[in-house]
Amino acid sequence: MYEELKAIVGEENVSKEPEELYIYSSDPGTMPPVKPDYVVMPKTTEEVQKIVLLANKHKVPVVPMGGALSLSGLVRPLKGGIVVDMKRMDRIIEVNERARYAVIEAGVSEGKLKAYLDKRYPSLRISTPDAPPIASVTANALIHGSGRLSQIYGFHSEMVNGMEVVLPTGEVCRVGSCSVSPYWFSRSPLPDLAGLFIGWFGRTGIVTKLGIKLFPKHRYRDVMIFVTENPSYVSDVIWRVAHTEMAEDITVWAQPKPEWAEGFQHTTIYVTADSEEELEFKEKIIRNALMDYIKQKEGGFLYLTPGMKAMFLQEPMSQLVRFADVRKGGGFEYVGAILPVDLFDVAYQKGLEIVERLGVDWAFSIRIIGRSHCMMFAYAYPFNRADEEDVERARKALHETNKAVLEMGGIPWKAEVPAQQLILESMDEGARRLIKRVIEMLDPNGIMNPGNWEVE
Amino acid sequence: MELRFDPDRCIACDSYACLVKCQYLNYDFESAREERIKIAKGEYSRVLEECKTCYACEEYCPYDNHPFYRIVELQEQYGINLAPKPISKQLVKMYAAKEKDLAAIREVGSKALSLCLFPDLKDNVKSKLFEGLPVIMGRQVFCNLVYLHFANMSVIKERARQTIENIRKYGVDELVCFHDECYGFFNSYARAYGIDVPFKTVHLYEYLYNWLKENEDRIRKLNVKVAYQRNCSNRLSPETDRMLDKVFELIGVERAEREYDRENGICCGAVFQMWGEYELAEEVQKKNVEDMVKSGARFAVFNCPMCYVALAERTAKAGLMPILVSDLCRLAVGEMPKIPGRG
Repeated sequence: MYEELKAIVGEENVSKEPEELYIYSSDPGTMPPVKPDYVVMPKTTEEVQKIVLLANKHKVPVVPMGGALSLSGLVRPLKGGIVVDMKRMDRIIEVNERARYAVIEAGVSEGKLKAYLDKRYPSLRISTPDAPPIASVTANALIHGSGRLSQIYGFHSEMVNGMEVVLPTGEVCRVGSCSVSPYWFSRSPLPDLAGLFIGWFGRTGIVTKLGIKLFPKHRYRDVMIFVTENPSYVSDVIWRVAHTEMAEDITVWAQPKPEWAEGFQHTTIYVTADSEEELEFKEKIIRNALMDYIKQKEGGFLYLTPGMKAMFLQEPMSQLVRFADVRKGGGFEYVGAILPVDLFDVAYQKGLEIVERLGVDWAFSIRIIGRSHCMMFAYAYPFNRADEEDVERARKALHETNKAVLEMGGIPWKAEVPAQQLILESMDEGARRLIKRVIEMLDPNGIMNPGNWEVE
Repeated sequence: MELRFDPDRCIACDSYACLVKCQYLNYDFESAREERIKIAKGEYSRVLEECKTCYACEEYCPYDNHPFYRIVELQEQYGINLAPKPISKQLVKMYAAKEKDLAAIREVGSKALSLCLFPDLKDNVKSKLFEGLPVIMGRQVFCNLVYLHFANMSVIKERARQTIENIRKYGVDELVCFHDECYGFFNSYARAYGIDVPFKTVHLYEYLYNWLKENEDRIRKLNVKVAYQRNCSNRLSPETDRMLDKVFELIGVERAEREYDRENGICCGAVFQMWGEYELAEEVQKKNVEDMVKSGARFAVFNCPMCYVALAERTAKAGLMPILVSDLCRLAVGEMPKIPGRG
């Protein structure tokens, strides 16, 4: 098999060396490592197709991999086989400035696309997730990621205009407008086949190209932070700010470190504009929307010095990366609970109860998705990977949080395998059966990332 | 720790200067008389809610009776929240000295420059003006007077002696205070509360004057007109304002005569923004900067870094060049200062 893979991608792009397989066996999260048998780095869709056909021939699992930053172990090859690292497929194929979309290969990173647009299309931007720049644009969209423009435009999966996919049986197909037209402008008005590949964690095929929406980049950008000391206010604060339609992005953070932050909720509001007048106007509208809280002395805006502003305006914020390693030892994972915003207080209190009981380090980081249609409530637990007790504490906190999220009516995002099973247990029986049928129909040999979304 | 405030002196006063000269309260003589008596007796007064904490009454009082400190004590006693509660509480936590701050204290020699809690200024004091003067800064040397704006006298009292003790541990006999607020803490607040300060303090203006006087041959007169933003804490040491005139004279700077300077100085607006009083902040900033422009000045000159942050951009947009007093002096000795916080 190694020889056959070499023939497809070339010797330098395939490995079965233990030290390289080790790297591909885990991510910074708590899930235990699982080694692949081979790692390949294809350069073209044709190579991906050949790899999938080969895997079918040998009935060997195939696991597609983007940036490997899900933190929940989604690209660990649970049943061994071939990890297909997409990083060499990193061409930005097209940017349609007027229709505001880009067509990219699946290995293009957030950093590369952002830098490319900054240089060549300064009036366009992507919705950047708060992940390191090596995160993959395609993988992030396919796992329903969210980012700096999600408050306006929704999940990154909703920004997908179309895709090219190598199906588990090796056929290549296009979905979205690009299946009919040379333009990758939309998924409408066709049957929405993109849904067969979004949220499936690579269980239904390997996406090789993606059409992704781009958005206007404004000349001015500012940040405001509204501080409260009562979590029951926060959902209303978010509702009011979202109602103004003046904010580009709304996030909330609450954490015990630094000490001055403990006990407070910080609603961070990003505002963009094309003129100073527009910026001032928008900020005034937002302030007025929260004036009841200010007058009642229950909430107020933090005074941000230029240095503080610069830190909060970073995209992505380097501070988040520093927090991720606060325990040292490189362990970090979170439950990203997708919840109605109205459940903020319940979610917050439940999170505090868990962290206090289990004694784990923590931070809550929340991003509003849609005009407060829902939120991604991240319960983040850094840990030291060299300390097994610390890992176990974090693992337990994650498991309990996943359960609590489902109990309160939410759904864990990019769920690790145990959490996927919790979700499936709570799922409507008809939906469970449909998932199973879709997988069996598309992947008759069961080779695509098996172990994920496994319906018994 | 008791405030040295004499209510009888206040009741006997017939000037009511603390209230009638106030830039923000518009009381007639009769109202001022009534409210002053309430304050003297420790009763609730509308002043407690209406005071904008500009510190000016400390300067206006002809008897050095500390009316402003008295007002702040009463504001706290009567539970007045000037700012949103989370903002006030967070600020108290933010600037409390932590163990790591205390661990940073080292003997630095007999003389040092305190940058208070303004690390953004560290590049601005890399100058021959401050050559040989070790810099100390951080929460461990923070004077905490900012809480006067938040009706929180108790936290200042609670931390005052420790701050002084921390500075003593640096081994200094003489401390140059960059910020007026620090100088005011050691020379006005400490005196008002009977706290002993075991080292000498020197205001930045006095330090600059002495240095420039000794190095007069190195000065190239600037021959410019400037509008000066007198900050609130300079009210605690009004004598230093006259020292600034001497500094300006040495470097060939004309301090523009304008409505909102000297005794009539007005706030930069930063505190009002923290309180959530945006309209007041806008009004004060607008009339202040318009007045600066009207004066025909070329530079807008600040000593308080907060005033600088609050007004620099606005003054620049109005055609003035914002600059710190110390940086103006650097210009006069041929140095090119950097924008605070931008290295």
